Amino acid sequence: MLTWLAQILHSEFLNSAPVQTALLVGSGAAVVSAVIGVFTILRGQAFAGHALGDISSAGGSASFLLNISPLVGFLGIAAIAAVGMEFLGVRKIREQDIATGIVFGAGLGLSSLLLYFDITSTSTTGAAVTVMFGSIFALSPDLVWPALIVAAIALATIALLYRPMLLSVADTELAVMRGISIRWVGLLQLLTLAVASALGCLTVGSLLATALLLGPAGAALHLCRKPGVAILWAVALGLLAVWVGIWMAYESYYWFPTPWPVSFFVVAIILMLYLLSVPCQYAFRKFAAARTADNAGS
Amino acid sequence: MFASFMTNTWITATIIAVTAGILGFFVVIRRSAFAAHVLPLGTFPGAAAAQLLGVQPLWGLLVFVAFGVVLLQQLERLGRKDVAAGLVLVTIMALGSLFLSMSRAYGEATFSILFGQLLGVSRTQLLAVAIISAFVIAGVICLFRRLLLQSAFPELALTRGISAGMTNLLFLALLGLVTATALPVVGALLVFSLLIAPAATAQTFTAHPIKALALSIVLSLVVIWSAIVFSFWTNWPIGFFVGATGAVLFSAARTFRYVRSRWWSRQRFVEPTHPDKEHLDHPHHQDADEHHHH
Repeated sequence: MLTWLAQILHSEFLNSAPVQTALLVGSGAAVVSAVIGVFTILRGQAFAGHALGDISSAGGSASFLLNISPLVGFLGIAAIAAVGMEFLGVRKIREQDIATGIVFGAGLGLSSLLLYFDITSTSTTGAAVTVMFGSIFALSPDLVWPALIVAAIALATIALLYRPMLLSVADTELAVMRGISIRWVGLLQLLTLAVASALGCLTVGSLLATALLLGPAGAALHLCRKPGVAILWAVALGLLAVWVGIWMAYESYYWFPTPWPVSFFVVAIILMLYLLSVPCQYAFRKFAAARTADNAGS
Repeated sequence: MFASFMTNTWITATIIAVTAGILGFFVVIRRSAFAAHVLPLGTFPGAAAAQLLGVQPLWGLLVFVAFGVVLLQQLERLGRKDVAAGLVLVTIMALGSLFLSMSRAYGEATFSILFGQLLGVSRTQLLAVAIISAFVIAGVICLFRRLLLQSAFPELALTRGISAGMTNLLFLALLGLVTATALPVVGALLVFSLLIAPAATAQTFTAHPIKALALSIVLSLVVIWSAIVFSFWTNWPIGFFVGATGAVLFSAARTFRYVRSRWWSRQRFVEPTHPDKEHLDHPHHQDADEHHHH
């Protein structure tokens, strides 16, 4: 184990600047996405979460066009879309699907227009692929600190609002009785979701940011019932997927004639973790049932 | 705009709009917008795979649609439906990114596959679209009662021996076929806009299934025809106009309904209420249930 670790440390993997940037930004994205992902799934907003990631592709393409930092672009559009969805009524379950769908369609349309301008004005076709599928090894190192600061702000918001957020997910009426403003908690939650999807867009691209959001959190919710423990599991699984994914993509330079993309490895690992969590869920349930039966017997 | 090289585009777009309008009606009443988004995007790597293997793109699309439908159906059994849909999507898209990294030529076609391409619909493509659409419409006609019943009253459908899983699979299969054919014209990202916006707009006006279906087809035609016209004038991608006109139609319909309901409630406020209606007791729960479903 140690020799294996030393071998990695001695190789140029950890010493290369793009890998360091990728690991830092990727870890930030994985942690924020995993934490907010648990709330998103519990609230039944998986589609909205996915839509935010995809819509922020408009921000990514705008940043290409205006020559500003992609983080600003992704974050700006994701925040606008989050506010728009909250006010169109994503909270009503019956309306949610369609309201999200309509905002989603309009956002993607805008994204297509901006990407078209990118392509015609710069005559490069790479913009579409970069925005949609991400290219984490090409991130500028200047992005690391802003990305980590934004991630820290999002995590602090969740920590401060942890109890009201959980209560409004679990029992809306009780939360209202306790004097919690559902609208504000919901809006702040969607804004942290916007941060998560913006960071996810930088890491694995707009179309795949959903993987970081839903995969680790979905698997974690299979493994345990308590939201607090589920969040820890989700963070661990998310970090595992991102780190191993980046390492495999780096090593794939030696494995295949053309290197395979980071996004592919990250998503493939997340899917495997999710599928593995399903049999674990049954095992845990059996174990828990047996233990309660034992306790009742003794 | 009506030059001979545009003829195939107009015909194909019209066929797609009619089929999408019909299926969109069911997408909206079944609340399966997420599936309608996942399937078109899921077919996206199919074109890439076909290119790598050197076969017709439509075959690649169809194989990936079938793959997506089966995966969606299986993962939905494992746990939460929406999480499953999201994971199916990213898995297939990740494959797409892998294919993209392998083939240089495909990278350049990415934009048109994601966002649609107005020109260059060939005669064979047109034929394929026509045949598949005819098949899908025939399928919807055969399954019409079953789909409607299962979507509106799942419990009642179950008592009549209509299985939810099988109906869902058939529906997803039809949806998959439509998306595979519509994809090259409208683009993977906005096929779902064409599926949802006209149908959702139609259903804000009427709850009657046949009327809503007809209105949905008409609106779908309006959306795609205007998108072609604008796209032809400006040379901007057609997907943008499909998404934008869809959103505008839906918002206009919602605003209209809001204003109308405000006006109506004011009218009703003036009317005297029937006092005897209040004393009627409602012992039957089915009645309340039905109101809930509407």
